Amino acid sequence: MNFDLSEEQKMLRDAAQKFLRAEYRFDARNQIVASASGMSHEHWQRFGEFGWLGLGLPEADGGFGGGMLETIQVAEALGAALVVEPYLVSAVLGAQAVARAGTAAQRATWLPGLVSGQRIVSLAHTEADARHDLAHVHTSAMAKGGRWVLSGRKSGVLGAPWADGFVVAARTSGTVSERRGISLFLVEAHTPGVQVAGYKVYDGSRAGDLQLDAVVLGPDALLGMEGESLGLLEHLVDLGIVAACADALGAMGALLRKTGEYVSTRKQFDVPIASFQVIQHRLVDMFAAVEASRSLVLMAALHAEHPDAATRSRAVSAAKAAIGERARFVAQQAVQLHGGVGMTEELDIGHYFRRLTLFCNLLGSTDHHLQRFATLRAVA
Amino acid sequence: MDIDFSPEDMAFQQEVRTWFKAHTPSDLKRKTVTGEMLQKNDIVQWQRRLDGQGWLVTGWPKEHGGPGWTPTQRYIFDLERAAASAPVGLSMGVIMLGPVLIAFGTPEQKAQYLPRIRRCEDWWCQGYSEPGAGSDLASLKTTAVADGSDYIINGSKIWTTYAHWATHMFCLVRTANTGKKQEGISFLLIEMDRSGIDVKPIVSIDGEHHLNQVFLTDVRVPRKNLVGREGQGWDIAKYLLTHERTSIAGVADCKAHLANLYAAAGERRSGGQPLMEDAAMRLKLARAEIELMALEHTNFRVLAATASGKAPGPESSLLKTMGTAVQQTLAELGVEIAAEQAWPWHDGGEFGSGRHAHAMPHYCFSRAATIYGGSDEVQKNVLAKMLLAGGTR
Repeated sequence: MNFDLSEEQKMLRDAAQKFLRAEYRFDARNQIVASASGMSHEHWQRFGEFGWLGLGLPEADGGFGGGMLETIQVAEALGAALVVEPYLVSAVLGAQAVARAGTAAQRATWLPGLVSGQRIVSLAHTEADARHDLAHVHTSAMAKGGRWVLSGRKSGVLGAPWADGFVVAARTSGTVSERRGISLFLVEAHTPGVQVAGYKVYDGSRAGDLQLDAVVLGPDALLGMEGESLGLLEHLVDLGIVAACADALGAMGALLRKTGEYVSTRKQFDVPIASFQVIQHRLVDMFAAVEASRSLVLMAALHAEHPDAATRSRAVSAAKAAIGERARFVAQQAVQLHGGVGMTEELDIGHYFRRLTLFCNLLGSTDHHLQRFATLRAVA
Repeated sequence: MDIDFSPEDMAFQQEVRTWFKAHTPSDLKRKTVTGEMLQKNDIVQWQRRLDGQGWLVTGWPKEHGGPGWTPTQRYIFDLERAAASAPVGLSMGVIMLGPVLIAFGTPEQKAQYLPRIRRCEDWWCQGYSEPGAGSDLASLKTTAVADGSDYIINGSKIWTTYAHWATHMFCLVRTANTGKKQEGISFLLIEMDRSGIDVKPIVSIDGEHHLNQVFLTDVRVPRKNLVGREGQGWDIAKYLLTHERTSIAGVADCKAHLANLYAAAGERRSGGQPLMEDAAMRLKLARAEIELMALEHTNFRVLAATASGKAPGPESSLLKTMGTAVQQTLAELGVEIAAEQAWPWHDGGEFGSGRHAHAMPHYCFSRAATIYGGSDEVQKNVLAKMLLAGGTR
């Protein structure tokens, strides 16, 4: 047994931390969030130059040839720095969809831009009434004269206003919650009939709803097998969850460190509040939460490509459920121990708090993953 | 032992229910249900309406315009108010300063301020906390130095809710540095338009501006603005902390909030089915409801004790820790039910309205409940002291 990072993984982690500490400070980040576009394309291209955007892609596609163990090194650093650019969305969900299901032509069309940071692709898989049920797809794709016509509405599409393209889950056959009949389509954002209603999210990122009104696509828009993509979608979301968990771990670690520093310097009753046992124990509970989360991120990453899908999903759901609980606890206690200043927009603590709050319901809530874990366990 | 309201109380409940149903403006209802922040004018207009009915200063004695209700009637009133989705809309003047002036003010102070509070002609903010004095409030450093017939005030107050709307501030200041630090604190009234006062906004993590820091530089106020004696400020502040015991738990608003959550879970869907049919969600709501029942009945017991004239005790600390826990749980559930509909920042265009639009800011600000008014940790210190002194009741 060995949990050491490889030299390459270590270098990735250290380089990411170093770059973000220097170039993505809290004030610079806030300027990015407040800007009209809400993201820094300059930073995004740097991420591309560093190879972060193609970490999990095959070398043949211009990627780094790594996997989730590499991806989580960067994701953790991004969470710790409150990065708003769409790493999870484009470099994991979008890129993996194309890499795993794309034809040679589709990969050649989309992946170079994704890897370099020239383009952003988001995954549009959820709908308002679906909540966390991936099979609940109303959006339809009809074959018509050798073309596809997509109609429907996707909600909660991460990074939607930034995306140049979307991987859209649509139903080519079957009824709304049937496992079979779900297909994926590559949709350019500027295709006629595609409308993005974007908004700023409470964590500083952007998202939106995607309206598809009789969007006509060529035959080459179908990504993967017609009607057989739910399994792939589940795998993609699992990969996204691993990255999201690593991001949350980065944010939790930052909160633990910052809260420790604060209670050591904040004086009340003429002593640092860290001298009170109730504060010390709270901090230890936060520490234990971070350590358990790190263990679970590694466990999930190590199972991310497990040949048995149920085994993979169980590991991922276990991590998401357990880290969700801990993210909530660490975020709440970081604010509590900071007192009034923890409630202010001016300090970074509240920004971590909001990021972690959103994480809890991202790509399936804590309860959803508890249920999924229990169900998969019963099957196994 | 009897858990029911008396026939008189039930008649009163009906009267109050009917009135709120007929008189709560729809925009206030909407804001209350969605958790949208009320603006100053919303609160002022609503308070004047309640005052017109004689129902604003419900905690004040009759001679100062109070309705002369029993604690139970006040509780019923609050319950019906919240059930009608009417806002609390109570200001610091009504809840806090009024009772202080009634108990400690001079006849002149009462005559000058109480009617203006009732008519909402003055807006009072509370100047207690300072950057260096939070949980350890008694270490406050803002000084008031006597100079002829005036005090000269220097220092800074922080977390001052709605100071930017305020015409006046009631303030804890230090008038002496001798003896115990609590003994040098005085309770002073300051007009916000005096020179030397600077109000700086603090945006909180819900993205709203409720809070402020108030800087006081050589601010001159007449000595007649002192409430009580010099050095009596700490006792006055303590009196206030235990005064509003029956509302500190927030039972009424929690009940209204829970009803909203049930409605929201009925509307939201999961896999096409109503979210209320999701077993985990049902259990979560059930657990929250049961916690609220425990809170409500603990509150009843305190209420009954207060009605029979028992002296205030540490119940307010217990009710605060229990109450804020329930409030925060409900706020958290709101975010979970909303799922991605809670994502859009509050001015998010077409997403900026609707039932879930304020779930996230509401949850964010709910975290302050265990910080302000004596943090959870401080309340538990009070309770531990009581327990270890053998006072378990």
